[in-house]
Amino acid sequence: MNVIEIDNVKKTLGNFTLDIPHLAIKEGYITGFIGQNGSGKTTTLKLIMNLLKLDGGQIKVFGKDVATESKQIHEQIGFVGEPTGYMTEATLEQTKQMIAPFYKTWDDALFNKYVKAFQLDTSKKIKELSQGQNKQAALIMALSHRPKLILLDEATANLDPVIRAQILDILMEHMQSEEVSVFYSTHITSDLDKASDYVVMMNNGKVVLYEDKETLDSKYLIIKGPKKALNDTLEKELIGIQKNAFGFEGLARLSENMAKTLGNELICEKANIEDIMIFTQRGSRK
Amino acid sequence: MDIIISNQSATPLYLQISEQMKHLIVTGELTAGDMLPSIRGLAKDLKVSIITTKKAYEELEEGGFIETLPGKGSYVSTVNLDILKEAQISKIEESLHDIIESAKKIGLSKAELKERIELLYEEE
Repeated sequence: MNVIEIDNVKKTLGNFTLDIPHLAIKEGYITGFIGQNGSGKTTTLKLIMNLLKLDGGQIKVFGKDVATESKQIHEQIGFVGEPTGYMTEATLEQTKQMIAPFYKTWDDALFNKYVKAFQLDTSKKIKELSQGQNKQAALIMALSHRPKLILLDEATANLDPVIRAQILDILMEHMQSEEVSVFYSTHITSDLDKASDYVVMMNNGKVVLYEDKETLDSKYLIIKGPKKALNDTLEKELIGIQKNAFGFEGLARLSENMAKTLGNELICEKANIEDIMIFTQRGSRK
Repeated sequence: MDIIISNQSATPLYLQISEQMKHLIVTGELTAGDMLPSIRGLAKDLKVSIITTKKAYEELEEGGFIETLPGKGSYVSTVNLDILKEAQISKIEESLHDIIESAKKIGLSKAELKERIELLYEEE
């Protein structure tokens, strides 16, 4: 089952073009959306939220077309984007009172629980909150109606590691229900290294990688070695090779073929998501 | 039930989980009929992805260690501990073969090897 289905989507903004022939996000899992700044993550999320109009193609959420049925869809989505759009003069309590009536499923007990967990003062005005507290407040507003789809656009950027861990905990708590899906964009990849089930990577408006976490963990290697060990077969398999006076390094998606060609003089290291992002980006520039 | 996983280990996370659960079953800490934590609950507690715990449980199912009833959860199955132990022993024997081979290569005598094993065994 897919919670989001994107087909033949095109969107041009200035000299940037988003082009996604097909992308499906699975229901019941956490999918991380990574890529450099300007690679098209926010544009994609805004299109899913129907905050931008499509130039072509179709996006479905819960099987419904976002262009025509966004009202029903938004009832079940928790979205945190930039900027939050709350009135700066209103207190947190007043903001809640404005937002809550829009949702039939609003859960005040849950709201209070999160406020306590983040130690927020609901009598404070939005403008008096720090940048981090603002993000926390937005997240609480997005989650307190128990949405089935949680969409986060860089929601953990600018937050300290303790708060990021807390947010991860809260998301995992929501994931205890098989119906809940999370699709979140970030460039702080260590958050993803922990909990995401799938990873989608964007580069220059296109999806360049879509893998599940276990495959990412087990199949991607950083290969390093002396330059004389870099033969044509190896060079063809490597992504984003970098050579210098002391040797070479590159990323490999390990196939059986590949493993056989590896000699003793090569060092193979497990690649993390950040490595994969950097090498893929490097590879696409040549 | 203790499950301790390491993000730095070369062993994949799902294998770390399934191996430790196997150990708990073989040593009798988990017995037939015991209910296992849910895939999602375990992922939350271990701070790993759901895909990882799911794969660990699939591994255990394939090995006949656990059974999953849709909508109910996973249970430790009635495994024949003798057969399991037999399998473990043959694994140990395999490793011993390698050790003996290495010992012979450097001319270590049987008595010397035995002595070393005894010493290490006591330490454990």
